Amino acid sequence: MATFDLNDDSVVVIIGTGAGGGVLANELAQKGVKVVALEAGGRYLPEDYINDEWESFGQLAWLDTRTTSGDWRVAKDFSGLPAWIVKAVGGTTTHWAGASIRFQDHEWKALTTYGPVEGANLLDWPIDGAEMAPWYEKAETKLGVTRTGDRAGLPGNNNYKVFEKGAKALGYKEVHTGRMAINSSEYDGRMACQQTGFCFQGCKWGAKWSAAYTDIPAGEATGNLEVRDRSHAARILHNDEGKVTGVEYFDKDGNLQMQKARIVCVAGNTIESPRLLLNSASPMFPNGLANSSDQVGRNYMRHVTGSVYAIFDKPVRMWRGTTMAGIVQDEARHDPARGFVGGYELETLSLGLPFMAAFLNPGGWGRSFTTALDHYENMAGMWIVGEDIPQADNRVTLSADAKDQFGLPAPNVHYSDHPNDVAMRNHAYKQGIAMYEAVGATRAFPTPPYPSTHNLGTNRMSERPEDGVCNKWGQTHDIANLFISDGSQFTTGAAENPTLTIVALAIRQADHIAREMSAGSI
Amino acid sequence: MTKLQRTGLTRRALLGRAVAAGALTVTGVGFIAAPNAAWALEVTVITPAQMATLLQMARDIYPHDQVPDQFYAVAVKGYDAEDKKDFVATGIAELDAAAQAQGHADYVSIGWEEDRVKVLQAIESSPFFQAIRGGLVTGLYNQKEVWPIFGYQGESFSQGGYINRGFDDINWL
Ligand SMILES: Cc1cc2nc3c(=O)[nH]c(=O)nc-3n(C[C@H](O)[C@H](O)[C@H](O)COP(=O)(O)OP(=O)(O)OC[C@H]3O[C@@H](n4cnc5c(N)ncnc54)[C@H](O)[C@@H]3O)c2cc1C
Ligand code: SF4
Repeated sequence: MATFDLNDDSVVVIIGTGAGGGVLANELAQKGVKVVALEAGGRYLPEDYINDEWESFGQLAWLDTRTTSGDWRVAKDFSGLPAWIVKAVGGTTTHWAGASIRFQDHEWKALTTYGPVEGANLLDWPIDGAEMAPWYEKAETKLGVTRTGDRAGLPGNNNYKVFEKGAKALGYKEVHTGRMAINSSEYDGRMACQQTGFCFQGCKWGAKWSAAYTDIPAGEATGNLEVRDRSHAARILHNDEGKVTGVEYFDKDGNLQMQKARIVCVAGNTIESPRLLLNSASPMFPNGLANSSDQVGRNYMRHVTGSVYAIFDKPVRMWRGTTMAGIVQDEARHDPARGFVGGYELETLSLGLPFMAAFLNPGGWGRSFTTALDHYENMAGMWIVGEDIPQADNRVTLSADAKDQFGLPAPNVHYSDHPNDVAMRNHAYKQGIAMYEAVGATRAFPTPPYPSTHNLGTNRMSERPEDGVCNKWGQTHDIANLFISDGSQFTTGAAENPTLTIVALAIRQADHIAREMSAGSI
Repeated sequence: MTKLQRTGLTRRALLGRAVAAGALTVTGVGFIAAPNAAWALEVTVITPAQMATLLQMARDIYPHDQVPDQFYAVAVKGYDAEDKKDFVATGIAELDAAAQAQGHADYVSIGWEEDRVKVLQAIESSPFFQAIRGGLVTGLYNQKEVWPIFGYQGESFSQGGYINRGFDDINWL
């Protein structure tokens, strides 16, 4: 593994090593670019992962101080935990379930397709499906996505079988075990899924793709990548010409260090990335870096989510096997006749008993709550993931008084549902319940959104500098050697789980950065 | 009859049984135990009556009739601590005041669950209730010993996952 000097100003510094940063780091390293990746979390590998929900959460989750506001229920139920994301080398790709689906073509052009929506800050992406197709293919190959290329689908588990039967009873056609970054047979030196059922806790078999044990070690093996774990970026520095010059960070021992850089790429996930830009405010950039548009932190999206669980008179044992390998895509289309713009996916989901108790109806108690849990063994579950509407006031700001362990202003995450989000969620709840009732559920019920697992949009891409933070390469409009490399560049969220798109964008960005570096233009 | 009396958890009953059974010893201020002496919970800081109130609250908040008392006891035993003492005393006083406002002597002596639930509803938004309820979510449901009662199988890696152990064995669809 390479080590670079703090004063080496020829390196690209990447902040965060998750889906965006981890892939970018490896892709650049493969092209011979020298990279220092700063990662706030520690290193954990399959042998370290724990088949226990709360213990694993304690091991991997990002638990630094955060505050919340807005009318979303998460602000009440989990006021200090707006998002469920990971602090570790590999980022949230350790926790993720692996659902890997492409945007539909029209979703790149939300404003054009949906037209203006009141209260929305909708915008078209400056790229489209045709431009992204080859990058998606590379991403699918990297992740070994099932049902793409010549990779077979995963077998359906008990939870899927109930889900599939219900979907077909309702006449849904696009129903299958998903396009998953989980091996259905050995791939890329990693084994096939053993159906252990702890995908959210880190796959102990390595059957699910995670940057932690694929891209990160591959990048390190080139000798061009140094990953500094337990290194928390505090501030990005710049010179008088307004170019970024390095990153201040707290190292393993809590000491402040400064790594010089030729280029800085921000990939700390959608809450930390804008926070870092805002915390880097200077006399030259009093509103934070790359923020001349005032869009840094705005348009925070988290998908329209929610779950439907159902109880049957016989056992399902949904926890056995893959957590999320099952999808209905029929509702992902844009069809305003349903009473909302955009669409949603329905995906199988199972939680273990401890998380089910925490998320079934947060704050709930008494017999209506406990009688549902009493039949945990007979339960089936699904998750809704749909496009939410970007709104200017749904945003990440710096808290006026809350501070993190380093004394840095903590982020506040403000979110309120748009009426379109509410209409979509209610439609999805109704369809999900109908699916289970069609298979004979004796009780089916919706559960509210969990802390956000999909966090998007706070440094969005835009054609024009006044509409967003970065251009179609993720390069900030204001500062040529500062890039956004994670889910925060999303202009709109689409109905699909975001990670395949984050990875495709990172591969494409690496190509661009390497090209521009050798051309000497950055 | 109070839960404390019903389950024979009064200090006198406990002391009596401890002597009779010769198995339980009294240390510190006292403890509460199952009537069949299947388990005992020692309290050293708060009173046995306070612990019995917490236990009843736990059962009323998350009632699972198939889950024995001992698991609820484990879930609330952390309140028997010096730094929780005042919190427990004030909270239970508040709970009993709510019970009295509804015409009862105190909370634990209410015979019917439905009536106790009404008292709990009256203090539902209080920090005391919320802390007890919130603590139970992990305190009760994160006990590995409770999981089999619900059918949940927990850790599966060491057994090779479910690939050969029924991940797709549903047979009634
Ligand atoms: C339980 C769960 C299930 C999921 N399932 C799916 C799924 O099936 N499909 C899908 O597409 N997506 C899924 N996701 C979402 C997916 O994990 C994220 O979309 C994706 O990982 C985001 O990538 P990212 O690069 O933006 O951020 P992350 O992967 O979160 O990486 C950010 C990294 O930056 C680090 N960091 C942050 N701030 C700093 C700082 N100041 N200094 C240094 N390091 C910093 C963090 O520690 C972290 O390692 C799931 C998420 C969760 C929690
Ligand atoms: S179910 Fe498969 S992918 Fe999920 S953790 Fe287990 S082996 Fe890994």
